Amino acid sequence: MDLSFSKEELAFRDEVRAFFRDNLPPAIREKIVEGRHVSKEDLVTWSRILNKKGWGVPHWPVAHGGTGWSPVQQYIFLEELQATPAPSPLAFGVNMVGPVIYTFGNEEQKKYYLPRIANLDDWWCQGFSEPGSGSDLASLKTTAKRKGDVYVINGQKTWTTLAQYADWIFCLCRTDPAAKKQSGISFILVDMKSRGITVRPIQTIDGGREVNEVFFDDVEVPVTNLVGEENKGWDYAKFLLGNERTNIARVGMSKERIRRIKTLASQVMAGDRPVIEDPRFRERLTATEIELKALELTQMRVVANESKNGKGKPDPASSILKIKGSEIQQTITELLLDVIGPFGAPYAPEEDGGNELADWTTTIAPGYFNYRKVSIYGGSNEIQRNIIAKAVLGL
Amino acid sequence: MDFDLSEEQRLLKESVDGLLGDAYDFEQRRKYGAEKGGWSKAVWGKFAEQGLLGLPFSEADGGFGAGAVETMIVMEALGKALVLEPYLATVVLGGGFLRRGGSAAQKAAHLPSLIDGSRTFAFAQLEKNSRYDLADVSTRAKKSGAGWVIDGEKFVVLHGDTADTLIVTARTAGGQRDKTGIGAFLVPANAKGVTVKGYPTQDGLRAADIVFSAVEVGADAALGDPANALALIEQVVDDARIALCAEAVGAMEESLKTTVEYIKTRNQFGVPIGTFQSLQHRGSDMFVALEQARSMSYFATMAGTFTDAKERATAVAAAKVQIGRSARFVGQQSIQLHGGIGMTMEAKIGHYFKRLTMIESSFGDADHHLRRVTDLGGLVGD
Repeated sequence: MDLSFSKEELAFRDEVRAFFRDNLPPAIREKIVEGRHVSKEDLVTWSRILNKKGWGVPHWPVAHGGTGWSPVQQYIFLEELQATPAPSPLAFGVNMVGPVIYTFGNEEQKKYYLPRIANLDDWWCQGFSEPGSGSDLASLKTTAKRKGDVYVINGQKTWTTLAQYADWIFCLCRTDPAAKKQSGISFILVDMKSRGITVRPIQTIDGGREVNEVFFDDVEVPVTNLVGEENKGWDYAKFLLGNERTNIARVGMSKERIRRIKTLASQVMAGDRPVIEDPRFRERLTATEIELKALELTQMRVVANESKNGKGKPDPASSILKIKGSEIQQTITELLLDVIGPFGAPYAPEEDGGNELADWTTTIAPGYFNYRKVSIYGGSNEIQRNIIAKAVLGL
Repeated sequence: MDFDLSEEQRLLKESVDGLLGDAYDFEQRRKYGAEKGGWSKAVWGKFAEQGLLGLPFSEADGGFGAGAVETMIVMEALGKALVLEPYLATVVLGGGFLRRGGSAAQKAAHLPSLIDGSRTFAFAQLEKNSRYDLADVSTRAKKSGAGWVIDGEKFVVLHGDTADTLIVTARTAGGQRDKTGIGAFLVPANAKGVTVKGYPTQDGLRAADIVFSAVEVGADAALGDPANALALIEQVVDDARIALCAEAVGAMEESLKTTVEYIKTRNQFGVPIGTFQSLQHRGSDMFVALEQARSMSYFATMAGTFTDAKERATAVAAAKVQIGRSARFVGQQSIQLHGGIGMTMEAKIGHYFKRLTMIESSFGDADHHLRRVTDLGGLVGD
């Protein structure tokens, strides 16, 4: 048993850290520190810097552009990326549809899509949730009817993150209406420029517009855009959702946020002393640091397990990472909110172009409101508890 | 980075689990508790036979030279079985002082009989007003010729009524809360002037309040520097905290297992109550609390070997916070999910709850250690 990194792993960490420090445009870093939105251009710029270095899709198989790093190295890479802080690569491409394509897609699909994902030439979004299908995803109703060489898609997807930027959407559609729930679903790639697609933004409580509704009205898609076999889409979706939990703990990001809290709480005064010296506040912060350390160790245990047993079925213990990771992220937004206090009140949403009030102080309350999402998405924390009860406790 | 046990560690775990599996079911535990002194000499003999009492000591001192992970393995197993015998008091605390602070002569005088199981130890530290502050010491050790004369009162000394040798913190100089001028002394429990009042504790173990009245000990009684032993005391108490973290993990694991088994078999409304989602989610939350505690127990175990005392203290304090909070949650919810039967002395689950509760306040509770982690600068640095 040895919880420290090896000399080689430490050297790797230093290499990664130095690369991020020297190559991330400072303006992008500044945006993340201040809680402002990273633009499409920012993410494209950064993704291409990483890809040029050969680090665009480190966790993919080497044949498709991966690095062949060990799970520990992958972990270090993501930790350092978040702690810098640098933008995370677009998950819908590199963590979701990419692995589905290289695992279940045909050669032509691999050849065309994978390099474009790695270089963020294509912006992908996820067409899973529907108005009537959230946690009960298999109840989805969007249909794809085969008509000669095309599927004709009708229905509605929702909570589609950053669909306004997207070139492509991967969709779960019902291809066999007679089959029961999980069977009869297919995994289809759809060009967002197709006729009959309408994207309507949903404004969230923080004032942002990161999610959308996507309507499909007789959208014709070539049958060659089917991934794998028809009616097997549910298996691919389960595979994808298993990958989604990788690094959901976001320990590196939370560490960076805690440093941010310490900086701000040392500057913002409460009477004759900075907020950081308020014992109540300070102990809540310490308690969060301790929870985060425990989570970091739990994450390392999951990673070490993966190193030993290989990537296979997702470890049900990774549900802990989702539950605790999201709780800690939310607590951190609360602490930030409490640092700023009444000065967090002015409302100046960036997406409306901001106003003369807009600066870092106006991002804090929206960050708190926005982060209520993290215990809802990716399988709500209640669903995670169901998974633990069933898969771990055998209830 | 590697969380696996070595082959030898795996064998140790199997042998401890095997021993306790045979010798320590709930009925047997009840009998051991009723024996004189509140624990079983026969079981203690088996611990000695299997080499558990000699684990952390160097081979030169007659031990096995095992490390922190081995102690963790043993403490987890003891926690699972709710063991009553004085392993923490004797091997971790008594042995810790000898191992870390003892002279060659002190080791030679005490370790053989500790390792063969013939003599046990207890650590007399807590005072009326000291609470969790190890530097708050009113008991006095006055120089007298070559030796010392000890006067003072110590409370809730774990296994203090069966120990052959007491390790007593006493002030050789300075005021009540000064960090210097504190010593640690070996005192035979039968020395003249030592009055031991033993009693059972809430968790079925035993402790004692002990009065030291003009107790004379020789020059060879002082462990380490009698004028400056606080660092030694802090280190050995950290060893004990680390061991308690592992014991709590074992006890929590068994509590959760017992509780899940219970809700799978207890029927109400015609179905096992474990089919109800509110209970399933509670069970899941207990699992999360247990695993977070286990992670911090590992962290603390590793920290025990850190050479930087501040880093070690921060890590151990953080672990004690997590263990304290997880233990309280898992303990309380184990009773809740058992319902009425969990309230009875007859069901074993309540005994886990009580042991966990006593561990929470041993050598600093969650609030105390939360303040310490804060004062030490937290865990996320620049």
